[in-house]
Amino acid sequence: MDNTTQRGSSLVKGILITISILFVGIMLILPMVYVISSALSKGFSFYFRSLTTEYVVSALLLTLLATLVAVGVNTFFGIMASWALTRFQFKGKQVLATLIDIPFSISPVIAGLSYIMTFGRMGWAAPLMDWINRTFHTDFQVVFALPGVLLATIFVTFPFISREVIPVLNSEGCDEEEAAALMGAGGFTIFRKITFPKMKWALIYGMILCGARALGEFGAVSALSKTRGRTFTLPLEIDALYMSGDSDSIVSAFSVSSILVILAIIVLILRNIFEYREKRSGRKAG
Amino acid sequence: MYVELKDINKKYGSFYASKDVNLSIEKGKLVAFLGPSGSGKTTILRMIAGLENPTSGSIYIDGQRVDHLAPSKRGIGFMFQSYALFRYMTVYDNIAFGLRVKKVPEDQIRTRVEELIRLTNLEGVEHRYPNQISGGQRQRVAFARAIAPNPSLLLLDEPFAAVDAKVRQELRSWLREMIYRLGITSIFVTHDQDEAVEVADQIVVVNRGRVEQIGTPSDIYGGPKTQFVAEFVGQSLPIHDFYRLRGYEGQKNRYSGAIVRPEFVEVFRPDNPTFKDLVPVADEAVIEKISFRGDHLELLVDVKGIKLTVSRALERRPVSVGDSMLAVVYRLYAFDRDSIVLLNNTNLQDYEAIA
Repeated sequence: MDNTTQRGSSLVKGILITISILFVGIMLILPMVYVISSALSKGFSFYFRSLTTEYVVSALLLTLLATLVAVGVNTFFGIMASWALTRFQFKGKQVLATLIDIPFSISPVIAGLSYIMTFGRMGWAAPLMDWINRTFHTDFQVVFALPGVLLATIFVTFPFISREVIPVLNSEGCDEEEAAALMGAGGFTIFRKITFPKMKWALIYGMILCGARALGEFGAVSALSKTRGRTFTLPLEIDALYMSGDSDSIVSAFSVSSILVILAIIVLILRNIFEYREKRSGRKAG
Repeated sequence: MYVELKDINKKYGSFYASKDVNLSIEKGKLVAFLGPSGSGKTTILRMIAGLENPTSGSIYIDGQRVDHLAPSKRGIGFMFQSYALFRYMTVYDNIAFGLRVKKVPEDQIRTRVEELIRLTNLEGVEHRYPNQISGGQRQRVAFARAIAPNPSLLLLDEPFAAVDAKVRQELRSWLREMIYRLGITSIFVTHDQDEAVEVADQIVVVNRGRVEQIGTPSDIYGGPKTQFVAEFVGQSLPIHDFYRLRGYEGQKNRYSGAIVRPEFVEVFRPDNPTFKDLVPVADEAVIEKISFRGDHLELLVDVKGIKLTVSRALERRPVSVGDSMLAVVYRLYAFDRDSIVLLNNTNLQDYEAIA
């Protein structure tokens, strides 16, 4: 009987592994390989030429800028939010924790549209912006401009960092912080010497996830960005190239896509390194 | 009085974690807060430290009212149950932390930390991290860290809970000696009565957020004032029909129950010449269970349906389950709703051997 269960379980194991490999292969690996091979289908010189067009360079720079800003802003707010949620008791704490997760459950396009409704010409914040522009003689715009792209990217990547940091801080408890406070340490010293070292690896891991998501964001940015060469990020540029329909630009679309694929692989490697570090530091502390 | 708590109440919603707590502690004493888990003893300790705020009442340390002061302004050292060592700092930096936040010059810090490392026998591990040292060493680091800034009051939350039984015994005497040598007023919380009796000068028994009794270990053990103290300190179960035991027949309607400690009972074989004078006043007893306790046996005997726990020296004649014995209860604590008295066996009033 032991033998049959053994054989049964090894059969199950075999089937599960085959299904997983087939699924990952067909759904993920094959398309990625196809992207790279299509990108190179017209030779290396065409590949490099299609990466250095004005539109692509502008899109690449904007994507990197949006990613940096999103990671920076979300790191700051992520630390603040996780600190507040794990170290203090207050009314509505659960509500705040749930609100932070909204970008996970809401479609990015809706996020983009909601910014249009807020800051666009018909939006409720439009009079305020008109007033600012009149008073300071500026031409500050959110929608269909750089700030809109940044806002959209920040929005969709908002929960990543706090979602990584909060569980770590919760599981570590706050005895050490209490001990330090008893000895007279101020809030900032406690944060710098005790809380920050605890969250460090989780924070870095969260930043990587946040960055990866920011690089590839399409929906929310697409709603707020209409000018190719100025407010287009890489995913939008790829879409534009592909949609234009002639065979050269379709190959170009694949070339540009290959940048994102390479960035994604780099992120994946970094992620694994830091995941390992985080686990190891967790074990060390335990 | 060095530490005083006056009419302290602590409410969580409608639940009283502390109710009408009044107590005072003399300078230089080592005091135990003793109670079962959930009794509110740690809450009292944390209120003295300032980690919790009382709902009402006042706390004085050295004549100064402190309940509105920040924890760091109260001049206390606090040792956490989990030790709460800073895991990303070395042993040295842990001990130095309290001095560094007080901006003590670095050379004075070094002198003080090195002195404490010698005092607590931590030479050689100064530069290790808390996860690289043993449980006993961790406790000593926590102790050194708590006393580094020369606090006037040391508070210890279950100081022995996180180490194993063997190390615990060693640490008890070590800690007691250390506290006496430093002469620092100390309060520790424990749920272990042996620990409280062995280590403390004074015990505060806490139950359901109230102080049940305050006294020296021998006061608490020998003169429990409430049923709870008698039960908890002697680890005995109450008996409600104790008046059926010989020597207590007249007490039927005066008390609601009694507590019989193991040392209050003599159980012997009917042919034992040492106790031949007791035979006429003894009850019949049957051994129901025998447990080996290392240096003695613990017998559970049935006397007219009443279960009594007795300890028996190993050098006495061997016994087995089902043996018929005789039992005499020398004395017991009888209680009713709010008082407790020590009753002596009325048949033994002129029997000298019980003294």
